[in-house]
Amino acid sequence: MSTAEQTPTPQRAQEPTPKPGAARRRKTISLAVQAGVFVLAIVLLAVLVDWTALGENVFNFGAVGAMFPDIILVGLGNTLFYTVTSFVLGLLGGMVLALMRMSAFPPYRWIATAYVEFFRGVPALLVFLALGYGVPFAFGVSWPIPLVVCLALGLVASAYIAETLRAGLQAVPKGQTEAARSLGMPAWRAMVTIVIPQAFRIVLPPLTNEVILLTKDSSLVYVLGLAVFQYDLTKFGRDGISSLGAGMTPIVVAGVLYLVITVPLSLLARRFESTSARKKV
Amino acid sequence: MSENTAHTPGTDPHPPTTGSLRQVQAARVTIKDLNKSYGSNHVLKGIDLDVAPGEVVCLIGPSGSGKSTLLRCVNLLETPNSGTVEVGEFTVTDPDVDIDTMRRHVGMVFQQFNLFPHLTVMENCTVAQIKVLKRGKAEAQKVARRQLRRVGLGELADRYPDQLSGGQQQRVAIARALSMAPQLMLFDEPTSALDPETVGEVLAIMRQLARDGMTMLVVTHEMGFAREVADRVVFMDGGIVVEEGRAADVITDPQQPRTQDFLRRVLNPTEVDI
Repeated sequence: MSTAEQTPTPQRAQEPTPKPGAARRRKTISLAVQAGVFVLAIVLLAVLVDWTALGENVFNFGAVGAMFPDIILVGLGNTLFYTVTSFVLGLLGGMVLALMRMSAFPPYRWIATAYVEFFRGVPALLVFLALGYGVPFAFGVSWPIPLVVCLALGLVASAYIAETLRAGLQAVPKGQTEAARSLGMPAWRAMVTIVIPQAFRIVLPPLTNEVILLTKDSSLVYVLGLAVFQYDLTKFGRDGISSLGAGMTPIVVAGVLYLVITVPLSLLARRFESTSARKKV
Repeated sequence: MSENTAHTPGTDPHPPTTGSLRQVQAARVTIKDLNKSYGSNHVLKGIDLDVAPGEVVCLIGPSGSGKSTLLRCVNLLETPNSGTVEVGEFTVTDPDVDIDTMRRHVGMVFQQFNLFPHLTVMENCTVAQIKVLKRGKAEAQKVARRQLRRVGLGELADRYPDQLSGGQQQRVAIARALSMAPQLMLFDEPTSALDPETVGEVLAIMRQLARDGMTMLVVTHEMGFAREVADRVVFMDGGIVVEEGRAADVITDPQQPRTQDFLRRVLNPTEVDI
């Protein structure tokens, strides 16, 4: 047994001492391969793609001039409006739900849990249809479209935001509450002055992501019968396809305008993340 | 956690301060037949303890002996199952007691400092004065500045807690508690989370506070501090008070075998047989 163990040892000993420079050479080869694949892909793309068709149907920006300025003044404006109002509603609802989920009174916890599970598990589209068509049909009421949008998105958002806020509140160490209480603060005061401000910092990055999701989900309004002045970005893009003869260029324009909203938000979220990471050290 | 630091009397850089810093009288603490259980775990088994106004009592004992729980029962961070606790005019264990009013008079210092990280040092010391005692901002800052000077940190008022060393943070925590003008100070292992070189500065503040006549209840592993500063030492083990008496007597000449064993381990950590 001892010989069997000893024999491989000299062979293995040779492996960990490769010639100097071998590692660097391997790195260079790997990089060269990656660059080669990249160049090949570019060449193939240039040869195979029908650039004229692409220009006419996807990047035909000359033909979509008619979309402006309405797509910005109305479309972008409405998308922002739907996003902001539903976020405010979602934040308020989410805060209430988060506190309910942490309540000492069990029924509050049950209700909040059921709510969160329901609205996280159901497609937002279904909620739009329920509020936009289901409720008016069943009860004979007709709501203004902006209210339906704000309500539908807000209901869904509050479920997600509730979970985010709850995680944030629970991430604040228990010692913070104890210190506040031992200074004579009532429970609500400790929550408002000490815990919530700290929790808010923790949840800023995920909350910003929530706004991004809402911005995109607001596109679901297209299933509702919108008047022209209620059109959002997606509806503008969709109508543009059939009316402007520029292929899918209108959709590309709408997509770019979504990015105008979401990219700054995501940069902001990253900034919050690095700030709070620095704070914790 | 080797906390066998000897603090020689006479080398104290903080001479006794003038009485001008003490505006409040110190409270008496009376604990009678106190019991606390977590489920089937009986943590405190009928504790009796009386602390005279201005007295400094150190609670010592192995971890899990119930000393921290006892301390936390005094300001009701833990609710005892039975027995009574009286602090000054308050019967803490009375169901009708106004907990928040009672706590204004009882300062607490935690092992992990528990400073509010989103507030500056100054705001840490003023937030409760403003929100709880309803003091004006200027008055609160005046009080806070005085207490921060008292712990030697007057110049750090605008920093945030994460910009301070552990010892400095704990001194701010003491100043924060003192800003409420408490009649009793509770210390829950105040130096256990500190780097060894900053332990001394916190103990120096506590020594000064003891000289100023504050009633203090201190859970600690600092035997040097206990021997020098405490009027009385209480040794707890298994949820009961095993031995108590004058600090010098209990620490240098313990009578109970359990106390002897504990002190031998704490004072000579390198000589313990396993």
